[in-house]
Amino acid sequence: MTQGRDTVLRTRLRNGLEIRLKEIHTAPLISSWIWYRVGSRNEYAGITGISHWVEHMQFKGTPTFPAGVLDRAISRDGGYWNALTWIDWTSYFETMPADRINLALQLEADRMLQSEFDPSEVKSERTVIISERQGHENEPTFRLYEEVQAAAFRVHSYHHTVIGDMADLQVMTRDSLYEHYRRFYVPNNAVLAIAGDFRTRPMLKRIRELFGPIPRGPRPEFQPRPEPAQNGERRVTVEGPGETPFLNVVYHVPPGVDSDFFPLTVLDSVLTGASNLNFFGGSISNKTSRLYRALVEGELAASVRGGLSATIDPYLYSINVVVRPDHTAEEALDVVDSELTKLIDQPIEMEELIKAMKQARALFAYNSESITNQAFWLGFSEMFANHIWFETYLDRLAEVTPEHVLEVAHKYLSPTNRVVGIYRPQPEIRGG
Amino acid sequence: MVEIDFSLPKLDIRSLPGPDSILRRELSNGIVILAKENFASPSVVISGYLVVGSLGETRQEAGLAHLTALSLMRGTKERSFNQIFESIESIGALLNIGAGTHITLVQGKALAEDLNVLLDLLSEVLRNPTFPKSQIERLKAEQLTALAIRDQDTGARAQLAFDELAYKDHPYSLSSVGYKDTTSEFTTTTIRTFHRQRYGPQGMVIVVVGAVEAKAAFTAVEEALGSWTNPRRVSAPDLPAIEKPIGLLRKAVHLAGKSQCDIVLGTPGPSRFDEDYMAASLGNSILGRFGMYGRIGDAVRESAGLAYYAYSTVSGGPGPGPWQVIAGVNPTGVEKAIDLIRNEIRDLVTRRVTKRELLENQANFIGRLPLHLESNEGVASALLHIERYSLGLDYYQRYPELVAAVTRDDVIRTAKRFLDPDHLAIAIAGPIGEEA
Repeated sequence: MTQGRDTVLRTRLRNGLEIRLKEIHTAPLISSWIWYRVGSRNEYAGITGISHWVEHMQFKGTPTFPAGVLDRAISRDGGYWNALTWIDWTSYFETMPADRINLALQLEADRMLQSEFDPSEVKSERTVIISERQGHENEPTFRLYEEVQAAAFRVHSYHHTVIGDMADLQVMTRDSLYEHYRRFYVPNNAVLAIAGDFRTRPMLKRIRELFGPIPRGPRPEFQPRPEPAQNGERRVTVEGPGETPFLNVVYHVPPGVDSDFFPLTVLDSVLTGASNLNFFGGSISNKTSRLYRALVEGELAASVRGGLSATIDPYLYSINVVVRPDHTAEEALDVVDSELTKLIDQPIEMEELIKAMKQARALFAYNSESITNQAFWLGFSEMFANHIWFETYLDRLAEVTPEHVLEVAHKYLSPTNRVVGIYRPQPEIRGG
Repeated sequence: MVEIDFSLPKLDIRSLPGPDSILRRELSNGIVILAKENFASPSVVISGYLVVGSLGETRQEAGLAHLTALSLMRGTKERSFNQIFESIESIGALLNIGAGTHITLVQGKALAEDLNVLLDLLSEVLRNPTFPKSQIERLKAEQLTALAIRDQDTGARAQLAFDELAYKDHPYSLSSVGYKDTTSEFTTTTIRTFHRQRYGPQGMVIVVVGAVEAKAAFTAVEEALGSWTNPRRVSAPDLPAIEKPIGLLRKAVHLAGKSQCDIVLGTPGPSRFDEDYMAASLGNSILGRFGMYGRIGDAVRESAGLAYYAYSTVSGGPGPGPWQVIAGVNPTGVEKAIDLIRNEIRDLVTRRVTKRELLENQANFIGRLPLHLESNEGVASALLHIERYSLGLDYYQRYPELVAAVTRDDVIRTAKRFLDPDHLAIAIAGPIGEEA
């Protein structure tokens, strides 16, 4: 058991469940997050989307909390709960009035082991999930990104989106879902992170009472096949309704634990503006970033954003451009390339580096404001690295120099290492 | 089975914002300042509004208030567009100004040490914008792109069609964001004139919440905005009355190449000033919010498996904003979903909600208060709300009693006042219906 920076308690139960506890007494609230090391990374053809579907089934009841009782119980206590499935992990959280947190803990301990996966619930949830996918399909940006992601990962299971392929959603069985659940939802594959208005010792005692009896399972071994290096640029085109072209350019980049991740974060800040690593935190504007100035002030695009994800395996740095209808994605790509060439040819200015650091510090402060976000961070960094990653995040960014940024620009921003995706609008497809 | 506790949550009233922790002051030019200290994190939020919006715009003018608000930060007498954004982005701050129907909202955030930078910039863009032609033309092109994307968005198209049906000949029928044909026609002159005639400090509210002493926050706002005047400012016209829909008014917007339809169904609802607003909110929560979307969620999502989302909202602004249901469904499920939603509305207006339902929803309203108030943004939004609707500085301390006072009779009486399953506006957008 260790107690680290900002008095975070870290320990592990005998069954392997990792525990992170942080007392914060600024509001009468507690946020509890349980993280499972399972996501679309752990899937293959035939069961794509299964991790996300299992997440849905976790709201469908256990013998103790039958379907519907869960929602009512959390809601009537004034709590907020939800779940997120991502490529590397699945997470469930409840933020509750402090005196009601026991319900959330009971619920999570219970559904780690006891979810029923009633066949009738599986049947009705199939159409709900298909509806969710169809909602995504309405968005040109989803359709483009799905193709780009598939082109970027020919071998690795990052190939498919979290929602999964329609072909699999239509035929996946209850038994496959249940098997996936039992395989990955074991205490030795999870991290329980709690922040808020509690005392550590009684909280830990309660956690031991509720989660301690859950038996350890076989460690779910799953090692995706590594993606081989690309031998040339790949391009994909998606056609669809509308009049707005979209451009999505992605580069293979290293995982969150790699030391290059930090200069890449600065590079992203300079190129497309500071990003928030938190999945639901706000961001800041990016109108002084290089690509905004070149593309939007250059009157080719309406907006541009970049995104870097901290992942287990090498993933993608993504540049997304909403092109103005009076221009083409190819014109925007030329401008992107011209800006990338500058990044590869010469170091960024010291002023740009200082700005990126100040932005990171501000976003970090904003992210620390709510108890929900603080609990998020406790567990999130454990999914692809460990707590030290989060605790030293600002320090490691502060060590980045313009030369480091130049180095990673050279290393990763070559056309050979990228996929270019273009959404080509087809105005003849009538839109209302 | 887990035992359910049916008592209402007991909140520590002293922990909620109230007269003891909120400081309020009115400047001589009409600006009201509210401040609340929070030193838990080193950031500060400013939140506020000006009494200017799209209300009063004709169809040809729709979007002018929106474009004007966006144009404010495109250049001032003191700074260019680039200098404006360099000043805030270089310190990791945020400043957004956007217009709605009744007000123009200001949202800003910074490290506490940079509050003055934010307020000085706010003052500058509100008082001395120059609306440079090249910037406005670029902004218009960006807006036209956003409107082209909106044209393809099934949710947005269903909402536009609903507003046209439910608010025929009423200002709420118009999009406050505007349309492609109107946006393309606006000039720097129309924007400049709108700004000169409609922007001013009268009725403006600014809330400061965060790691800044309240008195220092007052001083900072006063120094930035205390000398602003605009005696020539013109107020928006009064809001006309609205009639409820007669019969089932339907409109289908065909959007090819889509997989899913969006449905928006409802009727004009209560304003936030309506004495039945709290009863309507609780009724709405039972109808389409509580747990995973209340009764409508149970019927449309959980039982029928028709939709990923199906929920209801009461907008509760200064006027009769919509009481509406929103659902995303496969084209083959549209009629069934509409029937199920109408059945739930029928049930709400014909049978009293159960004691348990009302108690659960009251508990939810009270219990969630600390969660709503945990961040600086949440507190700022709450303070803005009590000022805008004259609810009193002690509103959140009285809130549990106000919620608990609503009865089952209040809920059904209020639901009947506003909802009728046979008199609704129903808009659908997606791959169905006749091509336009």
